[in-house]
Amino acid sequence: MPEMFWSVNQSLLVALVDTFKIFACTLIFAIPLGLVLSFGSMSKIRPLKYTIDLIVWVFRGTPLMLQLFVVFYIPGILLHNNIWGSGTDGRMLATIVAFSLNYACYFSVIFRGGIEGVPAGQREAGEVLGMTKSQIFFKITLLQMVKRVVPPMSNEIITLVKDTSLARVIGVVELTHAGYAYIKAAGIIWPLFYTAVFYLLFVGILTLLFNYIERRLSYFR
Amino acid sequence: MAILEVKNIEKHFGSTKVLKDVSFSLDEGNTLAIIGSSGSGKTTLLRCLNFLETPDHGTISVHGSTIFDAALPASENEKDLRRKRLHFGMVFQSFNLFPQYTALENVMLAEQLLAKERPDFKQNKKQIYAEIEEHGKALLTQMGLADRMDHYPHQLSGGQQQRVAIARALALQPDILCFDEPTSALDPELTGEVLKVIRGLAENKTTMVIVTHEMTFARDVADQIIFMDGGVVVEQGDAKQVIDNPQEERTRQFLSRYTQG
Ligand SMILES: Nc1ncnc2c1ncn2[C@@H]1O[C@H](COP(=O)(O)OP(=O)(O)OP(=O)(O)O)[C@@H](O)[C@H]1O
Ligand SMILES: [Mg+2]
Repeated sequence: MPEMFWSVNQSLLVALVDTFKIFACTLIFAIPLGLVLSFGSMSKIRPLKYTIDLIVWVFRGTPLMLQLFVVFYIPGILLHNNIWGSGTDGRMLATIVAFSLNYACYFSVIFRGGIEGVPAGQREAGEVLGMTKSQIFFKITLLQMVKRVVPPMSNEIITLVKDTSLARVIGVVELTHAGYAYIKAAGIIWPLFYTAVFYLLFVGILTLLFNYIERRLSYFR
Repeated sequence: MAILEVKNIEKHFGSTKVLKDVSFSLDEGNTLAIIGSSGSGKTTLLRCLNFLETPDHGTISVHGSTIFDAALPASENEKDLRRKRLHFGMVFQSFNLFPQYTALENVMLAEQLLAKERPDFKQNKKQIYAEIEEHGKALLTQMGLADRMDHYPHQLSGGQQQRVAIARALALQPDILCFDEPTSALDPELTGEVLKVIRGLAENKTTMVIVTHEMTFARDVADQIIFMDGGVVVEQGDAKQVIDNPQEERTRQFLSRYTQG
């Protein structure tokens, strides 16, 4: 029995690497893309603003699982060619693309709230003191934005950890997939339930990190 | 000789005319109080002086040189605009202190950023920063805040925050210091300390333009008063004369609300 326990741990740890890959790559791509979208949604150029609002509406208004299917299968159906390539790398790539687009839309709304939440008086105070636009952004508004954005971002990022389990619907062997596989392969169900421990540890570490950041920013209001 | 000359300023927001042909001048070392009911355009006028709004018509001159002319195309680079701005300081109704900086840092920030543009900055960085710090501390001491320099804005009372904001505006030594209802956001028991500081500045011959609803204060401290109504200057003149002996019916009506209350 102990050997079984260790072998389950081993294969779940391997799957955790893919879970982490989805998580990290999504953050790396979705944060900058979210910033770009948030600027676009505040643009004075109406067609641009409406286009971005539409995109954000679609991605926030449909299930992420559906988006995974669409991103993975539609190019093959339309182009008669699987642009994702065969094998596990292609599935991972499609997952990261779908997740990044989806999360960028959520992040853009958060960023927009953070940017618009800084009172206009802050910018004006900088202007009348002869500061340049970039000085105003970097020295005055940026930190106030970050402070506003950290609590909603930590919520989304914790949700992202658990959303990675959706990638199994297009065959990515992430944590939940690996745990589930034991039902068929070995007739045991406890590894599936045991994956919860990994998620909890992952989220626990993130929670500590976000608490630390919030504490570091609590010296001002 | 007039340090500030404002001529024929007009400002529209959409189709509403908020300022109509506003003209006045102010001598160096004098204080001008702007009074008038809500929505009469007082804030908009101050914002025009500080380049936070662009007038549709008119000119603004400081020390005899025109720094704004609506007739000229506004194709200016940021640097020129910033230099022109520095003729004016601005104290806002809601303080607008930078929350992430201490009182002293709030006062020093703009001066430190400006110092970076000095040609000798790299060589004398330490000395320049030391001078700026000394200057900031002196200003806060002058405001009676010597023991509050390292406090963050949220740790200060409204009156203290507004005094920090005054020190911050003074740090760049503007030619003309503007105040937009500096005490309206304060509890009544805190207005005194801010008015006292402004009174001190007037005694030191700081040139100031103050929008205020404190009529007694305006009468005592200001040299000149402008009464505005509906975007027009209805009456202007010597402060005591306008308050004690207004010539226009609208001024009389406006002032009677304060003397009755
Ligand atoms: N950005 C803006 N867009 C549209 N209208 C504006 C804007 N700013 C001010 N106004 C309008 O211009 C008029 C003058 O406003 P202003 O704030 O200058 O008045 P005020 O004399 O300062 O009033 P108060 O005593 O209430 O501060 C008001 O009718 C106001 O609604
Ligand atoms: Mg006003």
